[in-house]
Amino acid sequence: MTVHSGFTKVSLDAFEGVSEEPGVAKPDPIMVADSVTRRFGGLTAVRVDHFEIQREAITALIGPNGAGKTTFFNLITGFDKPNAGHWSFEDEDITGLSGYKVAQRGMVRTFQLTKALSRLRVIENMKLGATGQAGERFLAALIRPRWRDQEQAIEEKADELLERFKLSHMRDEFAGELSGGQRKLLEMARALMSDPKLIMLDEPMAGVNPALAQTIVGHVKTLADDGLTVLFVEHDMDVVRTISDWVVVMAEGEIVAEGRHASIVANPRVIDAYLGAHHATPLDRSEQDRQLAEAETVLDEEESRTEVE
Amino acid sequence: MNWTRIFDNSLSAAIRPNAIIFAISAIGLNVHFGYTGLLNFGQVGFLAIGGYGAAISVLQWNFPLWLGWLFGLFCAMCWALLLGYPTLRLRADYLAIVTIAAGEIFRLSVMAPSFREVTGGSDGLSGFNNDWRSLNPLPDGEYGIGFLKFSAAETWSILVGWTLVLLSVLLVYLLIRSPWGRVLKAIREDEDAVRALGKNVFAYKMQSLVLGGCLGALAGIYFVTQQASVVPSNYSTAQTFFAYVCLILGGTARIWGPVIGSMIFWAIITFTDNFLRQAIDAGYISGSLLDPNQVGQVRLMLVGLGLILLLVFRPQGILGDRRELMLEAR
Repeated sequence: MTVHSGFTKVSLDAFEGVSEEPGVAKPDPIMVADSVTRRFGGLTAVRVDHFEIQREAITALIGPNGAGKTTFFNLITGFDKPNAGHWSFEDEDITGLSGYKVAQRGMVRTFQLTKALSRLRVIENMKLGATGQAGERFLAALIRPRWRDQEQAIEEKADELLERFKLSHMRDEFAGELSGGQRKLLEMARALMSDPKLIMLDEPMAGVNPALAQTIVGHVKTLADDGLTVLFVEHDMDVVRTISDWVVVMAEGEIVAEGRHASIVANPRVIDAYLGAHHATPLDRSEQDRQLAEAETVLDEEESRTEVE
Repeated sequence: MNWTRIFDNSLSAAIRPNAIIFAISAIGLNVHFGYTGLLNFGQVGFLAIGGYGAAISVLQWNFPLWLGWLFGLFCAMCWALLLGYPTLRLRADYLAIVTIAAGEIFRLSVMAPSFREVTGGSDGLSGFNNDWRSLNPLPDGEYGIGFLKFSAAETWSILVGWTLVLLSVLLVYLLIRSPWGRVLKAIREDEDAVRALGKNVFAYKMQSLVLGGCLGALAGIYFVTQQASVVPSNYSTAQTFFAYVCLILGGTARIWGPVIGSMIFWAIITFTDNFLRQAIDAGYISGSLLDPNQVGQVRLMLVGLGLILLLVFRPQGILGDRRELMLEAR
């Protein structure tokens, strides 16, 4: 990897002395978010007071389904607009910056529902990931000598990454012909083409067989070893155990706990969030009906929102 | 029945100006729909804007014809920006609705009596292509290969027209094989993924809309120049869908697809027309079943039937790749 870093390798040590409480400050944050709020009608999907990502560490963002993890993720990557809040990346304010500009700054994301570009070859998928391509400008595109050398360099880099992610044999196939797991790998490899500083993976292990999940875990570890910062969303706590340096737990839109994995699993607030202390089970029939109706209005609003977008 | 005549007419229809106009227009649609996934249902609006832009600038401001052509293209560019700006951030269907409506609005507006002085109302405009005829270097006479014969004026139109087709194909080929074209194809597949990779999707969609729209306008300008008049009734919404038929017939997202498609479309249209008329004349089809006035409609029904059969047996079109098409369904 060409990612350069002036820092020495950090692992658990970076969190030495960091107290394990929600919204705690990190020694060297690459990203800081403050009072980010996103409401869907009457429901507050995200209400994060303070959130920091430690540089060159693997941070896991976990929480039960519907905790607002992906919504928060969409907000800070510029794929959704918040009702309030601001956040910065590498000490520069990037609040409300559109998704593509966020990516250009080195904060690249993947999606929960894998977005392989089906009718493009695997190698084309990869080459698309490189940023700052001269040949992507309309007029320069017409004159091949203007971008031929760069294209060649990009292709070499793409081939190296394909090799590393064991996709070389699929190089010239359509991405649509890959299996679900291979698509996850392709999406990760493609994101690396831009030499990101922070890579944000939305449920990279979801819907993948256990063997491949292990491979993905291995790749995520390698990323961090190469000096990247990784933030990944996951709802399965066991997956998180092996790879994360730091775990952030979200429930009902808020950060309820932070810390190392060992202390997180013992935290009563986390157990509440996962198993439900009192809010998950309806008290009686009318309560249940009310909750269902509430959920439906929220879903409808969300649907109409996505339609407009 | 005179079979030589039928085949002669069908073959020449494949290279006459109509085939050229639909080829260029469909090349534009290919950029929109085939490569970028933009649903432009108002390509005929771009043809009209181009044609009127050229004609009006020549007649009103005494532009030389070449400048009129450029002005027509410029108008199409503005039209694309105008339509694209509010809709390209929205879902694909919004562009479809806006383009089809805008095309109709333009056609009805130029017919309005209050603009009659400028647009000629429903009679349209003529007398703007004197330069075109004087530019024709061919002396009077008949030209052609084998049994295909054209007049000097027709030959001139056909030569210039096919040059324009080849240039359009070359332009699209150069762009699509470049990284720029790769971004367009990626947007067709999934624009969020492309955004996440740091590309300004809106800007690319806009460039695609302008490029395809200008190709449509080029077809429109060529159309009015070679027929020496611009008439609003030529710009019904059906023309857009004929261009789509050409595109799908030839194969979407294929460089030569729209060109092959347009040639075959016009050959088939002419063949069915000639065949039916001659069959009626010769008494093979009884006059009580089909009279010559109905041929125009029946030939379109036959073309429709042919298209349905094509979609059943060869959904990828003539040049398409079936394997690639099937990936879409996933």
